[in-house]
Amino acid sequence: MKKIIEIKNLSVHYGQTEALKDVSFAIEQGDFIGLAGPNGAGKTTLIKAILGLLPITKGKVELFGQVKEKFSDWGKIGYLPQKFATINTLFPATVNEVIMLGLLSQKKFPKRMTTGDQNKVNSILKELDIIGLKKRMVLELSGGQQQRVLLARALVSNPEVLIFDEPSTALDPKSRKDFFQYIQKLNQEKGVTIVLITHDTGYIGNYANKLLYIDRSLVFFGKISEFCPPGKNHQYFEKSDEHIIWHQHN
Amino acid sequence: MEIFNILSYSFIQRAFIAGSFVAVTCSVLGLFLVLRKMSLIGDGLSHVSFGAIALGLFFGIYPFYVAIPIVMLASLLILKISEKAKVYGDAAIGIVSVIGIASGVILASVSKGFNVDLFSYLFGNILAISMIEVVLSVLLSVIVLTVVYFFYWDLFSITYDEEYAKVIGIKPTIINNVLTLLTAVTVVLSVKMVGIMLVSALLILPVVTALQFGNSFNKTLIVGSIVSLFSVLLGICFSFFLDIPTGATIVMANALFFCLALLYKKVAYVSKSVLL
Repeated sequence: MKKIIEIKNLSVHYGQTEALKDVSFAIEQGDFIGLAGPNGAGKTTLIKAILGLLPITKGKVELFGQVKEKFSDWGKIGYLPQKFATINTLFPATVNEVIMLGLLSQKKFPKRMTTGDQNKVNSILKELDIIGLKKRMVLELSGGQQQRVLLARALVSNPEVLIFDEPSTALDPKSRKDFFQYIQKLNQEKGVTIVLITHDTGYIGNYANKLLYIDRSLVFFGKISEFCPPGKNHQYFEKSDEHIIWHQHN
Repeated sequence: MEIFNILSYSFIQRAFIAGSFVAVTCSVLGLFLVLRKMSLIGDGLSHVSFGAIALGLFFGIYPFYVAIPIVMLASLLILKISEKAKVYGDAAIGIVSVIGIASGVILASVSKGFNVDLFSYLFGNILAISMIEVVLSVLLSVIVLTVVYFFYWDLFSITYDEEYAKVIGIKPTIINNVLTLLTAVTVVLSVKMVGIMLVSALLILPVVTALQFGNSFNKTLIVGSIVSLFSVLLGICFSFFLDIPTGATIVMANALFFCLALLYKKVAYVSKSVLL
């Protein structure tokens, strides 16, 4: 299987604090990875290091066989951040304009949008059933609708890998189930590789085929079934989560 | 009709042409600056232009030729200080700004000969704009707007969500440099129009007015430009008829549009509540 993301001996520091230590693993094409760990374990740090949003202290990140510093085909990677946390809340942008941003990674200077690009945006809006929101301002939408807009932005470039940072936090139970089923379909039918940070540990077993568990360093990486033998889970999960995982695999 | 008669004056024609181009340029750049919470960079750079204009007058060089490169360098210095020296952006603007003013005051004090010229730049006078200044204003405005056109999506992207912009391969440092350099040029152009003291009004007021109506980024950009253009044209006309300072009148016209926008929004909100 083709390696999509390969991490070799990765360490990341925030000042003097070591956020990640000597992490190594490889994500292959078609994997659906659940990325779990306790609060402050370095899950978001790991994702940000992969995406080049944080400087790496030591080690190497390879994307599609190329070292990250030389990688330029960012359209192959779709990223859905943890809600609209970093986004300017007064910004007068429409849904259409925000989704257009997802196509910029494929553009060369000078970046101009074409009718073909508008068709791609329309198509993803229809697929996610949010075509009615196209001309609405993003800041007027509910949390769940905003999440779908971010998903559309991540998907519009037709990426080969999708990285999600706790995508279900703003969703009600039904929307969350729909969301997980949709990305599972993308994984199984289109072969899109998924990396998903989540605290919904109950959902990991339902959808992901591998678990990446970190706690500042790599604790476990492999098939979920290998992670779950009763008696060991308490090392990694709270009692309630342990219970869910145990039921899913017994 | 007296209103049409004023168009026969060549100084009014020059003011209309230069003012229109600078107004649109200020509004377009101002939208990115306001949304990036960098509005006061215009204020800081205008203070630097005070020192730079003083330097030009001191050495007997045409002030704009000295001011444009110096203010551009100062704009990059603000970015470097906030990036490298662990200083917040507004503090970095403050540092560069006070150095600019202090330099101007010292040069004015040492020379004693050009105080009147220097202080005329504090409040500006677009009605006294020369033909060479009109050409310079139009040319530089066209260059600034062309650069914005080519970098539109990059500027939009880093203004909306800088983290995501990085993920899709945009280099925020380069785009920030482009934005501040363009701002530096625009600030120097605006000094002649409204003066050093009021430059930031041209960058901020039309934008905040447009933000009251804008239902997309693109439309906000267009509405802001129209408001800015009308404010300049109305400001020039009123200052001519009422014989009051042009720069201040342009700023007051902008402020009036902003108040009307707020009033309209309030009335629209109340009407909507009543209907519901």
